[in-house]
Amino acid sequence: MRTKFLSLLAACAVFSLSSVAADAAGKTLTVYTYESFVSEWGPGPKVKEAFEKTCDCTVNFVGITDGVALLSRLKLEGASAKADVVLGLDTSLTAEARDTGLFEASGVDTSATTVPGGFKDEVFVPYDYGHFAVIYDSKVVTSPPKSLKELVEGDPSQKIAIQDPRTSTPGLGLLLWVKSVYGDKAGEAWRALNKRVLTVTPGWSEAYGLFTKGEVPMVLSYTTSPAYHIIADKETRYQAAAFSEGHYVQIEVAGLLKNAPEKELGRDFLRFMLTPGFQDAIPENNWMWPAAATSAPLPEAFNTLVKPEKTLLIPSEEVAKNRKAWIDEWLAASVK
Amino acid sequence: MRAIGGGALVLAVITGFAGTALAALLLFDGAGFSGLLDTYTLSVARFTLWQATLSTLLSVLFGIPVARALARRPQFPGRIWIVRLLAVPMGLPVLIGALGLIGIWGRQGAMNDLLRMLGLAEPVSIYGLSGILLAHVFFNMPLAARLMLAGLERIPGEYWRVAASLGMPSRSVFRFIEGPVLLGLLPGVAGLIFMLCVTSFTLVLVLGGGPAATTIEVAVYQALRFDFDPGRAVALALMQITMTGILLAAMAFVPVPVEQSATLARGGRRFDGWRRQTQWVDGTVLLLATTFTGLPLLAVVLAGLKADLPALLFSPAFRRAALTSLAIALSAGCLSVMLAATIIHARAAIGSERRAGMALRGIRAGLSGAGSLILLVSPLMLGTGWFLALRPFGDVARFAPTLVIVINSLMALPFVIRVLSPAFDVHQARTGRLAASLGIQGFARLRLIDGPVLAKPVLMALSFAMALSLGDLGAVALFGSDDLVTLPYLIYSRLGSYRTNEADGFALILGFVCLLLTVVGTLGSRNRMTDDR
Repeated sequence: MRTKFLSLLAACAVFSLSSVAADAAGKTLTVYTYESFVSEWGPGPKVKEAFEKTCDCTVNFVGITDGVALLSRLKLEGASAKADVVLGLDTSLTAEARDTGLFEASGVDTSATTVPGGFKDEVFVPYDYGHFAVIYDSKVVTSPPKSLKELVEGDPSQKIAIQDPRTSTPGLGLLLWVKSVYGDKAGEAWRALNKRVLTVTPGWSEAYGLFTKGEVPMVLSYTTSPAYHIIADKETRYQAAAFSEGHYVQIEVAGLLKNAPEKELGRDFLRFMLTPGFQDAIPENNWMWPAAATSAPLPEAFNTLVKPEKTLLIPSEEVAKNRKAWIDEWLAASVK
Repeated sequence: MRAIGGGALVLAVITGFAGTALAALLLFDGAGFSGLLDTYTLSVARFTLWQATLSTLLSVLFGIPVARALARRPQFPGRIWIVRLLAVPMGLPVLIGALGLIGIWGRQGAMNDLLRMLGLAEPVSIYGLSGILLAHVFFNMPLAARLMLAGLERIPGEYWRVAASLGMPSRSVFRFIEGPVLLGLLPGVAGLIFMLCVTSFTLVLVLGGGPAATTIEVAVYQALRFDFDPGRAVALALMQITMTGILLAAMAFVPVPVEQSATLARGGRRFDGWRRQTQWVDGTVLLLATTFTGLPLLAVVLAGLKADLPALLFSPAFRRAALTSLAIALSAGCLSVMLAATIIHARAAIGSERRAGMALRGIRAGLSGAGSLILLVSPLMLGTGWFLALRPFGDVARFAPTLVIVINSLMALPFVIRVLSPAFDVHQARTGRLAASLGIQGFARLRLIDGPVLAKPVLMALSFAMALSLGDLGAVALFGSDDLVTLPYLIYSRLGSYRTNEADGFALILGFVCLLLTVVGTLGSRNRMTDDR
């Protein structure tokens, strides 16, 4: 009866469906990374330009919220992930990432790298590092916390923005930081700290955006963050708080996927990562400490930064074993 | 007979689609319902119900004076525009509304600037529970007000005349006339709003701010996308479906609120409310309601105009997202209209069958249920189920466009049926027998008889369905990848990286398109009603 009418509609549906799919051709290196790496002000554009000069290829960065979300995305996509290189996991995640069986040995000589604790790994290549720190606006916060304990027990009306440990490496970093300082008492510490938390964002970019917009006077970031404000906006009001218990360290790494469509290109990229062509883009774009030599000494502002007296780091295997339990502990403490 | 066959097929397809999702949830390996009752899940469920209860209470509470004031003042200057303004949040994509609310109520928003000027130290927080409540009231208070206004306008004019001749004061009018009517409407209105708030996703995602303020919908999304913990996602999803199931069952016992005013209401002149005091009260109420609803919309427009709109319109990211969105919306809209037409047709065919057997009656009841299945199994739950079902077959993102289209079309189905059903029924009654006796069928019937009359309602339904699909973030967020970026997803990710200027510009464009489509989808219905009179 009305089948003709319906088939017309069906045709229009099919037609519009087919236009959804679009694809591009050519030799492309696909790199999964976190969002702030690929932003206009991040190292992504410079790295892309530098590497494309050495190869006859296009670099395609795919920005995914943050480091932990990268790992979830990989687990989700499994062997069908369309990437060659994953850049932006950190030492808390390497064991878990290796256990997925999706990565293969990098074959890159990492002996020239300089990272705290002398990180060595068959699979993952370190490219930068930094210590987590609470950054505060010195115009609003006149007596910044001098220890994690002071942060946890401080004035609840003075807020901090933190990141979700389920998606972001700084968030996971804080979780591990609290764990390594408080141990079994971490749950209680979280319950106290949560009174000061304005909001929990999925990634570093969102939290830092809230901070620089003046929505919140403290944010979880890195000791290197003030260098950005000194160099980019000649602004010294944003400071890192030095904590007496020590600072948790993050070593950022990249790895090659087993099912990489362009495996050799990917390996070349990992090698390129430890050359000045890549490393030069790190200090003033990713605002982290480079893991290998740069072509020129770092800017003066980096000498003014907080240098942690003690570095905290929980072994990756232990994190892999306990991450879910610790996150559940945080979740339970975070809900009312 | 073919109509019934088509109906049975549609029924099979819809139940198959939802059934697969449900089966995938129920049969998921290692679901281990141990996770069902841990502190986190339980408190998420508690928060979901708590915020929905508060949101409903506030929406209805603020809706009553607005509806009363509007009903009492048919001559209020600009009244028709206030009523139209109250309809806007319905057609506005939730994400855009949230942006507007942040512009007004955010820490740096106009309202907090005002409060600070008045000497208030602690600003109103848009994050967490207060933000969620604010946003839910923004979206649902106008809905409550409109539904109750329609109810009040259905009160026959004689009542007012009697009340006036008895000299009843406003209090007694409320107690004896308005009150009982509103009380009768209350369960339906409150139930509807409660249901909307329980399944709220986008608002909570944007304004929630962490695990302390999370609804089940958002928790399912996080369990899948953040943790990749399907076990927990399944537990939460089943909890949600049980909850909506109980709610729907409870709501089956209360009358459904309708928006149309009865034709008689036109003559219902009001004689009360002439006192200076009530005039002031009504004026203030309407001013407040207009400001509360209008300001966030104004904020969206102003913020959007600040963005470099031409540059945004021509940016490749926008073009790609707009094309994707349009293609998805068009497909979902067409699919929804097709499903609805088949369902209506089959229902009518079974209805005209002299001796409808058990099987036929079963199909008919099933079709009525299938049309509003999406209320029981929310889009995100369907998505989650299919996500798990398709995972063994490789990259889920590959199936994303198809799934989003089907889910969006099911989302629009209840509305599409509501728009199409009266038009189709009237048309069938007018032309059915004659066309059959003349032996006109197939393409000739479509061209000569159905096309000219039904084109308009079909286009209306299509545009409304497209508006719904264009503004939807839920289904896309679950599957979203870099290959499938729709406009709401683009806005959400721009918002995430705090490139708010661009997000504002995109929001203005999308909001405008959606409102336009909604106006096309609903204006026609008003015309048709007046035509019929």
